[in-house]
Amino acid sequence: MNQGRNLFRTLVLILGFAFLYIPIVSLIVYSFNSSRLVTVWGGFSTKWYGALLQNDQILNAAFLSLKIAAISATLAVVLGTLAGLVLARFGPFKGRTLLSGLTTAPLVMPEVITGLSLLLLFVTMEQVIGWPAGRGMTTIVISHITLTMAFVTVVVQSRLSQMDDSLEEAAMDLGARPHKVFFLITLPIIAPALMSGWLLAFTLSLDDLVITSFVAGPGSSTLPMVIFSKVRLGVSPDINALATILVAIVAVGVAITGIMMARQQKQRERDAQMALAANQAMIESVKKG
Amino acid sequence: MKSVLRRLGLDGRSVVTAVPYLWLLLFFLIPFVIVLKISFSTSQIAMPPYEPLLHWAGDKVLQIKLNLGNFAFLVEDNLYWKAYLNSIWVASVSTFFCLLLGYPIAYAIARSNPSARNILMLLIVLPFWTSFLLRVYAWIGILKNNGLLNNFLIWIGAIDQPIQMLQTDFAVYIGIVYSYLPFMILPLYANLEKMDLTLLEAAADLGCRPWQGFMKITLPLSLPGVRAGCLLVFIPAVGEFVIPSLLGDPGMLMIGKVLWTEFFNNRDWPVASAVAIVLLLFLVVPMMYFQRAQDAEAGGVHR
Amino acid sequence: MATSPRATQQKFEPWTDPDAKPYVRIEKVTKKFGDFIAVDDVSLSIYKKEIFCLLGASGCGKTTLLRILAGFERPTSGRIFIDGVDMTSIPPYERPVNMMFQSYAIFPHMTVEQNVAFGLKQERLQKGEIESRVTDMLNLVKLGQFAKRKPHQLSGGQRQRVALARSLVKKPKLLLLDEPLAALDKKLREHTQFELINIQETLGVTFVVVTHDQEEAMTLSTRIGLMNHGEIVQVGTPSEIYEYPNSRFVSEFIGSVNTFEGRLVEDEPSYVRIGCDDLEAPIYVDHGVSSAPGATVWAAIRPEKITISREKPDATDNWASAVVQDIAYMGDMSIYLLRLDSGKVVRVTQPNIYRHAEDRITWEERVYLQWYPESPVVVTK
Repeated sequence: MNQGRNLFRTLVLILGFAFLYIPIVSLIVYSFNSSRLVTVWGGFSTKWYGALLQNDQILNAAFLSLKIAAISATLAVVLGTLAGLVLARFGPFKGRTLLSGLTTAPLVMPEVITGLSLLLLFVTMEQVIGWPAGRGMTTIVISHITLTMAFVTVVVQSRLSQMDDSLEEAAMDLGARPHKVFFLITLPIIAPALMSGWLLAFTLSLDDLVITSFVAGPGSSTLPMVIFSKVRLGVSPDINALATILVAIVAVGVAITGIMMARQQKQRERDAQMALAANQAMIESVKKG
Repeated sequence: MKSVLRRLGLDGRSVVTAVPYLWLLLFFLIPFVIVLKISFSTSQIAMPPYEPLLHWAGDKVLQIKLNLGNFAFLVEDNLYWKAYLNSIWVASVSTFFCLLLGYPIAYAIARSNPSARNILMLLIVLPFWTSFLLRVYAWIGILKNNGLLNNFLIWIGAIDQPIQMLQTDFAVYIGIVYSYLPFMILPLYANLEKMDLTLLEAAADLGCRPWQGFMKITLPLSLPGVRAGCLLVFIPAVGEFVIPSLLGDPGMLMIGKVLWTEFFNNRDWPVASAVAIVLLLFLVVPMMYFQRAQDAEAGGVHR
Repeated sequence: MATSPRATQQKFEPWTDPDAKPYVRIEKVTKKFGDFIAVDDVSLSIYKKEIFCLLGASGCGKTTLLRILAGFERPTSGRIFIDGVDMTSIPPYERPVNMMFQSYAIFPHMTVEQNVAFGLKQERLQKGEIESRVTDMLNLVKLGQFAKRKPHQLSGGQRQRVALARSLVKKPKLLLLDEPLAALDKKLREHTQFELINIQETLGVTFVVVTHDQEEAMTLSTRIGLMNHGEIVQVGTPSEIYEYPNSRFVSEFIGSVNTFEGRLVEDEPSYVRIGCDDLEAPIYVDHGVSSAPGATVWAAIRPEKITISREKPDATDNWASAVVQDIAYMGDMSIYLLRLDSGKVVRVTQPNIYRHAEDRITWEERVYLQWYPESPVVVTK
């Protein structure tokens, strides 16, 4: 009976992961296909990578997207951390419910709505105060910050609510003023959460098509916009090559984090053993004394 | 600097609160007010392509011209309400299949041994870190007439003519389920993983068979996770634009596509705004539900 | 009950000295959370070098009172004075008060040394002074060799010492300890109790300890403040609280007790007699009670102050007959549950003086209980 359950479990996992990964694997395999007809195998080739590297439109778009993603992720982490701190630590105050609603709504809001509303805001602002003049990188960055700070807020808020708040009280008790408590205690402890928040924001920004299409002006085409206009016309092998490069970057990143995590895990196990030994020694000394 | 802020009645706390608050008010809440405003205005060929709501009529008489025509248009033209209903239908079906697929996966991961769990969950979210657009694009290569799946089915002899799969509703369902599956699995896993397994032992001890134990203990206790997962898939899926435009029939009515077309192709901003407002009205109930669930979750951990 | 190490030292009772000035004064402090009253009109005086224990069940307000002393909560009304200075609206980071948290709250990203130095760095002391004070303190708590370790490399007992060192190194006027021993295992706890008292005596710091463990309170404290529903119900030395409880609540909270409800039948300045429905003979107590004759009172008798015998006593007062319902052998003593004829069950403990007695009292036997006139405590509420 137990075996039957294990078999079921394994089967579910195999099918589930097959569903998740076959599309990605197919992208990679066909990026090395020399035939232009993506699904007909015409022999191994790396020519699409060469084509990709000569495609100025894609390269420029990629560069712009990276720039936007880096700026908006950084600012989103700053704003999201503040919002997470307010929600997790400041207790009930007037308007807290609205703030909490404003931070969770972008998580699920259909992007067409967010995109349209932001564009209309920018148009209105331009009419009223003359800024931002036209649409381009600034408007894209502002929109991406608004979208991604919601994710950062959730990450930070949940990390803070797991954190023992007597740590902060202890620091205050030992004479640190609130802003010092934040920089000396809270920030170092939640730093890993901020890092993953930043990566999440960066990825989301790099990936966003719909909102960006609304708020981008002429001449500020991001990578997803270029990809979308290309794939709308059907499959094209250089996009497969681009996908493969992206997957490779992510895979390397994950491998590095995985190795680091495994190392930390080992270190932690060693430390736990050390602590256990120390405890034993202490009990022994109590017995003797 | 500090004393200036103090004089203005601002301590550190209110500054910290005000910065993200003002940002979200300006860039998230006010835009909706503007959308609402423009949904009542009349379209015109200009930049911006709509007439102002307020204008000065003669001396110091402020006139408000509310144009309900856009909304009437949505009601009269059955294209719109068909698109709304179809979007909700497509989102519901996709959510259902996401749950059907996601629950066993989340369950299997939550019940596998602890050292494997983190790696398996990492593998679940990993695709999320690669481009969403490219993952949807991958399905074009799989589903098209001379694509992987048709070739495979012909090769094993299940069919002898390629089946039309791309540009059908089926392809859209696959695309949505595929793209949103991690959002279903994450809350489900979080819920199932923290469940106290001695509850099942207690149930078995009291005479429950494993299947009954699952139905009577695990399933009811996992409902908050099911709810969170379903909302996380359903709400954004209703307004989905990319998946139906890449995988679906060009004539498929999805409200996200309709809004896009009104805005970019027809350049009718007021109608696009009205479409957005009505879509928001459809979603406001599930969204508030989601917000409450989210708050309850946060409140559970926070003391 | 563990013996207090204080018994061995010379008399320290500043609260009996009318000229002594209290070091910490809590004046009519009330704290409300919405409609809930966590601390209700509490006034207390705590003297220098005391170990004052706030004892009570969870939710009685003891932790809130401690957090008010630390400055984390502001009282809704009332004032706090420490060493004569009004502290009520001073923020925690400016108070000469430090706290040892129940969770220890050791900063996980700093070494033991950095944790202990943290408070001194906030005072912007010179580097050399910080180093020497940290070293001294770590040696005092016997953690000198662990200075460079990270918190997760320490055992529970060692973390407790880090927390103690970190809060003491600033030489606070008042050290607050929130359930200081609750997270330790039983063996370490007793050892640590005595160590805590030694350190307190070495440094001469005033301690306020919050605990729900009456044994811990008895062992550590010079005085106990027993709390219930946000109020202080009695303040006294451990033996005062145990032997002279001022209410049924106190007598039943500390240790175990048999309470008999009755009426005053004789009320003289030097003695009282109480008639109880549960007992054949009246209870005679050798001190007066300030209560109206005929009023309902309660006589509380501790289980160890009752003796058991097979012969019927010929006294007129202070006895009862009963049947043995249950016996629990605890090693050093045995607990007898004796059923009176009224059905009330009385708890009696007897030390096991002999290793084996031929003729032990056993189940279902009829026995007689007796106690001395000075044993019962009469309470009127």
